[in-house]
Amino acid sequence: MINLFEVAETNKMIEQENLDVRTITIGIGLLDCIDNNIDVLCENIYQKVTKTAKNLVETGENIEKKYGIPIVNKRISVTPIAFVGASACQTKEDFVKIAKTLDRCANELGVNFIGGYSAIVSKGMTKAERLLIESIPQALKETQLVCSSVNVGSTKTGLNMDAVQLVGKIVKETAELTKENDSIGCAKFVVFCNAPDDNPFMAGAFHGVSEADAIINVGVSGPGVVRNAIKSAKGKDFGELCETIKKTAFKITRVGQLVAREASAALNIPFGIIDLSLAPTPAVGDSIADCLQEMGLERVGAPGTTAALAILNDQVKKGGVMASSYVGGLSGAFIPVSEDQGMIDAVEAGALTLEKLEAMTCVCSVGLDMIAIPGKTSASTISGIIADEMAIGMINQKTTAVRIIPVIGKDVGETVEFGGLLGYAPIMPVNHFSCDEFINRGGRIPAPIHSFKN
Amino acid sequence: MKKAIITVVGKDQVGIIAKVCTFLADTQINILDISQTILQGYFNMMMIVDIKDTVNDFATISDELEKLGKDIGVNIKLQHEDIFNKMHRI
Repeated sequence: MINLFEVAETNKMIEQENLDVRTITIGIGLLDCIDNNIDVLCENIYQKVTKTAKNLVETGENIEKKYGIPIVNKRISVTPIAFVGASACQTKEDFVKIAKTLDRCANELGVNFIGGYSAIVSKGMTKAERLLIESIPQALKETQLVCSSVNVGSTKTGLNMDAVQLVGKIVKETAELTKENDSIGCAKFVVFCNAPDDNPFMAGAFHGVSEADAIINVGVSGPGVVRNAIKSAKGKDFGELCETIKKTAFKITRVGQLVAREASAALNIPFGIIDLSLAPTPAVGDSIADCLQEMGLERVGAPGTTAALAILNDQVKKGGVMASSYVGGLSGAFIPVSEDQGMIDAVEAGALTLEKLEAMTCVCSVGLDMIAIPGKTSASTISGIIADEMAIGMINQKTTAVRIIPVIGKDVGETVEFGGLLGYAPIMPVNHFSCDEFINRGGRIPAPIHSFKN
Repeated sequence: MKKAIITVVGKDQVGIIAKVCTFLADTQINILDISQTILQGYFNMMMIVDIKDTVNDFATISDELEKLGKDIGVNIKLQHEDIFNKMHRI
């Protein structure tokens, strides 16, 4: 039977170490909504989304009550809109209409975000996909809760450099259009390589075409819990450190698995996956940087940081995989700068640079996330940063992403405030040498060789 | 049987157990196990209870217990036992 000590341990994780279920995300397939009339299409989408996710928020709240654990976000992801709108949308404005429909659904249902204003253009772009990508700045300006992503490459297909060039411009344009709000539109837009079909985390969530009609995906979190566990292993060797992280990850993930099963049964929607990602929030103590520093680094960014992150990421996976029957999504550690107080402090102290963050993305999930850069950074430089990050994903057969915010009107030395879970960030310097000629070549980078791994 | 865990944490005083138990008796909740200790001057109690006979739903009992806790000046939490079983048992 459960004892006092175990109950106290669980409740300490929840109450003092910010253990929470970060998100319950319902993935909803929209392929059956397709119509060649834009108004009919929007109505179909509205009906399907509001019907399928009708009880999501209420169910989430009931589970919170039942187990006494906070569920921070309730979200929706949909089939990439570039597929759904391909036959109905003749102009950018048509796509924006769909974005507004999604926004309306999210507002009425009371969910935090709706993702899937997306295009998968790993190898080539259809006319509709190009239109959708070009409509992203306007769509993000005119909606609040819609999140957008573009997948520009994969290990199997190589990199679509035409798309990389285009999204650099889109990031810049989105920043311009939302400059009154510190270019916040860019915080809702991610560029991916090897994007997973079942990621429950925003801004990159979409419901891939390989998925069932509707599915429940859950993201757990708890950097604070992991940090305290690492603290308890102070001075121990790496073997013991790894064991400690692994055991903690197991416990955290079991809670996610419980919540996922419960939500799936209550909503009568099949359970998809648990995403094992450790995701920080701006709350003190809920930080990945703190976990790394607890391992023995003076600051994140110091030599040893990449190795420490590799340990954290791998042990979280090892513990989590045993705790859940299906693991998917991104599953690793997120290192968003603005959402992690320890990362912000490290940048302000001069310990953490864009280049070190890039190195760290080689061993953790996702990539350059929530990084504010000077508003004057050129579109081609942004494309260059994206290309570098995508190349890491392509060669290493992993998901990488870029969510970068060129804050219009601000420069290095200033900070930008996004508010809420998005936090605040110091503007980071970007290498000012040009890559114009490289980016302007156009075309594709061929798929990498899968042998002779060195 | 439908098991839940009640935890009571707060500054020690006279009558905490009595008040909680009275509430449970009034709402037809059966106590299966109690462990209690004083940790650094703080009262810590865990009860395993069976809520199958109570007419109220889980959320209502949880809210009422929370309110009772506020009245006494301690923190009372009701949680389904599964969260502990899943986390601490393979």
